Amino acid sequence: MTTAASRGAAATADYLDQRTGVGVAVKGLARKIFPDHWSFLLGEIALYSFIVLLISGVFLTMFFVPSMAETTYHGPWAALNGVPMSQAFASTLRLSFEVRGGLLMRQVHHWAALLFMAAIITHMMRVFFTGAFRKPRELNWLVGFTMMLLGLVAGLTGYSLPDDVLSGNGMRITDGVASSIPIIGSYLSYFIFGGEFPGSELVPRLFTLHVLLIPGLILALIGAHLFLVFLQKHTQYPGSGRTDKNVVGYPMFPIYVAKAGGFFFIVFGVIALLAATMTVNPVWNYGPFDPAVVSAGAQPDWYMLFLEGSLRLMPGWEIVIAGFSIPLNVLIPAMVVPGVLFTALALYPFIEALATGDEREHHVLNRPRNVPTRTATGVSILTAFIILIVAGSNDLLATRFHLSINDITWTLRVLLFLGPWFAFWITKRMCLGLQRKDRELVLHGHETGRVVRFAHGEYIEVHRPLDDHERWLRVNYDAHVPLAIAPEHDSRGVRRKGYRRDVLRQRLSRAFYEDRVEPVTPAQLAAAHAHGEHDALASAEPTTAPSLERAPAGGGGDLTTREGHPSNDARNQ
Amino acid sequence: MSKNKQSRDVSVPDDGADVPARFTDPGHPEYRPRQSDLDPAADKRAERQVVALFGLSVLGTVGFLVAYFAVPPGNTVASMRLSNLLLGLGLFLAMFSIGAAAVHWSKSLMNVHERSEDRHPLRSSDQTRAAAVEMLREGATDSALGRRAVLKGAMVSALVLAPLTVAVPLIGNVGADWNVSKLKHTMWRKGTKLTIDPSGRPIKAADVTVGSLFHVIPDGLDKTAHPLDEKAKAIVLLVRLDPRDLTEAADRKGWSYQGIVAYSKVCTHVGCPVALYEQQTHHLLCPCHQSTFDVADGAKVVFGPAKRPLPQLPIEVDADGYLIAQSDFHEPVGPTFWERLK
Repeated sequence: MTTAASRGAAATADYLDQRTGVGVAVKGLARKIFPDHWSFLLGEIALYSFIVLLISGVFLTMFFVPSMAETTYHGPWAALNGVPMSQAFASTLRLSFEVRGGLLMRQVHHWAALLFMAAIITHMMRVFFTGAFRKPRELNWLVGFTMMLLGLVAGLTGYSLPDDVLSGNGMRITDGVASSIPIIGSYLSYFIFGGEFPGSELVPRLFTLHVLLIPGLILALIGAHLFLVFLQKHTQYPGSGRTDKNVVGYPMFPIYVAKAGGFFFIVFGVIALLAATMTVNPVWNYGPFDPAVVSAGAQPDWYMLFLEGSLRLMPGWEIVIAGFSIPLNVLIPAMVVPGVLFTALALYPFIEALATGDEREHHVLNRPRNVPTRTATGVSILTAFIILIVAGSNDLLATRFHLSINDITWTLRVLLFLGPWFAFWITKRMCLGLQRKDRELVLHGHETGRVVRFAHGEYIEVHRPLDDHERWLRVNYDAHVPLAIAPEHDSRGVRRKGYRRDVLRQRLSRAFYEDRVEPVTPAQLAAAHAHGEHDALASAEPTTAPSLERAPAGGGGDLTTREGHPSNDARNQ
Repeated sequence: MSKNKQSRDVSVPDDGADVPARFTDPGHPEYRPRQSDLDPAADKRAERQVVALFGLSVLGTVGFLVAYFAVPPGNTVASMRLSNLLLGLGLFLAMFSIGAAAVHWSKSLMNVHERSEDRHPLRSSDQTRAAAVEMLREGATDSALGRRAVLKGAMVSALVLAPLTVAVPLIGNVGADWNVSKLKHTMWRKGTKLTIDPSGRPIKAADVTVGSLFHVIPDGLDKTAHPLDEKAKAIVLLVRLDPRDLTEAADRKGWSYQGIVAYSKVCTHVGCPVALYEQQTHHLLCPCHQSTFDVADGAKVVFGPAKRPLPQLPIEVDADGYLIAQSDFHEPVGPTFWERLK
């Protein structure tokens, strides 16, 4: 039966296809398969928050006046009546209190920005811990990383637009940080502010960056990010039937049109709920910017707190060389710390590839426990990040919990150096422990709680073997071994070029893969079963679990010995 | 290695000859039917729920519009808050319910049998690569660039220089006059009256009681060309201490007046106003990064990330008893910059 509607749709499709060949795209995309997992939603939250930012942002630009020209406020917010302020601040008050729905849109915009950064960072964590950045996705990791940096700048520039006291002091700190840079510092400050701080150019400049340049770049990079996802097809979690050669999941149309499309509305709805019920950035309470005024308990938005904390923890070091001042108390926390953190993040996929020496494409994700060193590295970086965030709130901690700010600061200074090492160590041990638990499960099965007594008086607990799918999940992974390198001298005793570089690479590789737990092989499982359930318990236990305790303190070693790899520890080669 | 020996029990089974080296993939797990697959009543119920959720969204939109027209933000905090709350809840229902409906629909009513699609290596085939390289080679030959070094040089020069037409005016103007030496001076001069921020009222030494703190700006600030820029550098904190508590450096003996001392209010760390004064300890605290300065001892740093003491403004009194400056600060105020001491 052909209805008028379906005839119309067919005619439109025909019209478009004759002019654009859109049929090819529809054929390629409509039933394209995407894998499903809750953690894949994190990136979507970032995307949808960005769309909400665009929608609410366009609304705000209709009423916001990006000018630092002075005016006097007269309006419904009685507390500021007759107070001189910039037009930027006055128009922010007007759009909050006189434009109907304006306050809601401001709140939606600010909450969406907070969520945008939170989603980007948790999405990065997901990609990191599951190894989704491995070949062929290293470039997309860099695209995403760049968007994270742009998100930070977008936040900083937008947050400073209302020209209130709090953000004004944020800009004052920005000025202090820019000025600290050797040689060009003062000029960089003039570059940003159009002369001395605060000047009269800042708000219009930030406005252009915030509404045009940065969102334009982010939009272009989102295009590149999603294009690469389509081209390379999405990664999938490990499980039976899922390999590096296929992608298992649901078709784009209709499942993801409904699920992902619907999820946009869910994200928008949740942001609206936050905006309706929780006030964020009440600039009308802070008042207009005045270089002489500051509020106690001043905090930036959460994604800037790590920089703030880093500035707070640094001791007062400053050196003068040949009459030129170098304020290490600003340079190190505001330039070196984020520089090291961001460089490490950007380069991580390449560092790990170097240690692994693996040229294959990877489309099946890692379970974090199966790559202990990577997981521990990630947790270690996060620990440092969180300690810095806490340090950025040290004054609030001190006032809320009646603690000494000096004690808090000193504690956090020490923790910043010890915490990440401790986190690394404990995470790595946890991963290895979980892997051994997996081995034990595969070898001996689930505990059933059913205790049986044998004729000769022995008691055992009956274990239920894993089914094929449960087992496959636990044995299907690669335990990488440290790289082997060619000897220093070739057969004629000539020293080979590039040997030093290889040694360094091997050292890196050992740091990554010296400690490892190999997956169970069918032979090991057969042996465990051949001895009978209770024998397996007795004989397999000491060979797997305790070997970790005996691992030499300095180097670790092969935690379980795999058939056919008696000496896969590279030191023996 | 001893470990090899101990693991032999497990890894070398007696009948291991026909056991494969690795496990094999058991293949896709079976589809587990949902309630709505098995029970037509559950299917119907799910459909009704989806319809109800879409209906809820319509109600949310209607509610939003009612709130928009019927509940103006008004002039009081309570009315503004109410308007924001009602509009926000309306927006929440309108949006969230659409999403909940779509997701519920896809999960309970759509066909959710998993499918598998093959991946293909991203690398192009050797043939394609060879053809691409050949094309580039042909193009390079056609361009005749390889044989004409001068042409190449001229092209590169033109392309490198042309952006200067945009960059030079931009960089030339973006920093105003680029006169960074202004950072080293403030508008304080010999005889400039210390006045109260923001009223601009001059301060009599006699009015400053022991223990009190004044936020100070220079007289005539609002008549300058750029009052905010001047203010950002010239703000001062004035404190009167018991002269017995005051420790003064030998070269600064004459900079205070009967226990009244004046220090720059701009933090030497990154420039926030050092606005919190603790009368008992004579400590000034910067709320941004908690640098703490001891006013009784040359505003030296006692805690926090700042390194240098706050610069001191030398003061005296004029014939009428008003506090005035002896001169500008003797060093640049605010955060450290490269050429600060030059």
